[in-house]
Amino acid sequence: MPSLINLSIHELHDILSKREVSAVEVTRAYLDRIGEVDPKIRAYLTVTADKALTQAEEADRRLKKADHVTPLTGIPVGIKDVICTRGVRTTCGSKILENFVPPYNATVMEKLEAHGAVMLGKLNMDEFAMGSSTENSAYHPTHNPWDLERIPGGSSGGSAASVAARACAGSLGSDTGGSIRQPASYCGVVGLKPTYGTVSRFGLVAFASSLDQIGPISRDVTDCALLLNAISGHDTRDSTSVLRDVPDYTGSLMPGLKNYTLGIPKEYFISGLDPEVEKSVKRAVSALESQGAEVVEVSLPHTEYAVATYYIIAPAEASSNLSRYDGVKYGLRAPDYKNLMDMYKKTRSLGFGPEVKRRIMIGTYSLSAGYYDAYYKKASQVRTLITQDFKKAFEQCDVIAAPVAPTTAFRLGEKADDPLQMYLSDIFTIPVNLAGIPGISVPCGLNSSGLPIGLQLMAGHFEETKLLTVAYNLELALCRCENWPLD
Amino acid sequence: MKIIISEIEHVAHLARLSFDPSEIENFNRQLNDILGYISKLEELDTSRVEPTTHALELTNAFRRDEVKPSLPVEKTLSNAPEQEGGRFVVPKII
Repeated sequence: MPSLINLSIHELHDILSKREVSAVEVTRAYLDRIGEVDPKIRAYLTVTADKALTQAEEADRRLKKADHVTPLTGIPVGIKDVICTRGVRTTCGSKILENFVPPYNATVMEKLEAHGAVMLGKLNMDEFAMGSSTENSAYHPTHNPWDLERIPGGSSGGSAASVAARACAGSLGSDTGGSIRQPASYCGVVGLKPTYGTVSRFGLVAFASSLDQIGPISRDVTDCALLLNAISGHDTRDSTSVLRDVPDYTGSLMPGLKNYTLGIPKEYFISGLDPEVEKSVKRAVSALESQGAEVVEVSLPHTEYAVATYYIIAPAEASSNLSRYDGVKYGLRAPDYKNLMDMYKKTRSLGFGPEVKRRIMIGTYSLSAGYYDAYYKKASQVRTLITQDFKKAFEQCDVIAAPVAPTTAFRLGEKADDPLQMYLSDIFTIPVNLAGIPGISVPCGLNSSGLPIGLQLMAGHFEETKLLTVAYNLELALCRCENWPLD
Repeated sequence: MKIIISEIEHVAHLARLSFDPSEIENFNRQLNDILGYISKLEELDTSRVEPTTHALELTNAFRRDEVKPSLPVEKTLSNAPEQEGGRFVVPKII
């Protein structure tokens, strides 16, 4: 039998339900693996070993009695530290929440617990999910398991790196402008951003509320479908959560793409796109063609305006959301202050890192008197144009295929002093969030230096089943290698 | 559109942040880079375009005004930097 940590969630479920292995044994194997590789990749901010073993014992009781067993019972997962976990410190990668212990669970955590999943710990991220490299964590950067001198992507860098390094069986991340898909691509794993409203945001620390979604990161497409099954669904505690039945997403894992039309947006194949990424993406498209898909060219003409639009809308929403960190209700309070205003300013200036301050400043500026029409209103109008681009494109195709990011993982420090260059690494992922549609990153090969490349698939609102079908067929066609990093 | 240092100080006050002079220099350069890039949107004529604030058409999610279980006071206050007698403590404001 191969090492437990190399098994996918569905393979683990198979041997757990046959009682060939216990949930405690699986959890111990992962805790050992964390001890072995986490000093190198630094994906975890908090490891909850005792809690994990207690949850594993409970899962074993269920498995023994075949009582409330689901595909996630006894499966060890990691959780991005932006998701509130009752009794377990939730920092959001920020010093301002260094000692914050949520008194309640996010809805996704309640759902995972109901499935009997085991939480191994909380995963590193760019502070408040603002960043594309995980270098903006106030604690430490995370390293890419495929090349420790490179970033894992971000902001869900810990979530993607831990899955690739097999330091958890699967994880949850959050995606506001590409924060699940871009690190999944850089780390060679599967990452899905669901349609806005599919997964409850209750207990997700808010960054940009009209864009944020929680989603799964996994080692294969089947695991992605299983995790999505578990976390989706309407929640009365999130007023933007959509009242819809959740399909069984594993039902979409069918071979063959007959009757599927794949759209290739010409605006995503621009100068600045790494030739090796382009080659790999085109090879993936041919592979999908060989599975029966028809390929057509489509146009998303406003793509080039997406980053500018996003860097008005997201900071505007963030500046409002982050006003709650005022040193009164929870989080840090600066030690010495003269009066209330001084306490606010000192607390926030001490507690937030430079990127968070930058975005609060952009947001406050663009919403301030005299600038609202020129910035926020204008960006909201361009958001309409970007959304209409997708609507038109989906009249011609079922799923759009494109690169996830213009390059592979860059080196630590390479873009750290140039915020604008960092923002532009999200050029291909941001439009999906602005339109609220689902997007998935699926591994499609390695470049000549052995770094992973991802194919991005996008579909219309609530068309996750189509995404997963195409993603599954890519996996079948490419016969993905079983080589994982840090073996 | 260019942002000037006096404006940065004003915006920082609105955002309840403070910066020392060396930080302001750096911020000024970075914010102007970013705003310069954002001004790309001026190329588009949006005079007849409706703004989108949410990707999906949402209607208000109403619920009945009923008392339901909620967090007890001590749990709600458990993360407060300073608390006393079931209340948050803040600096004197009047």
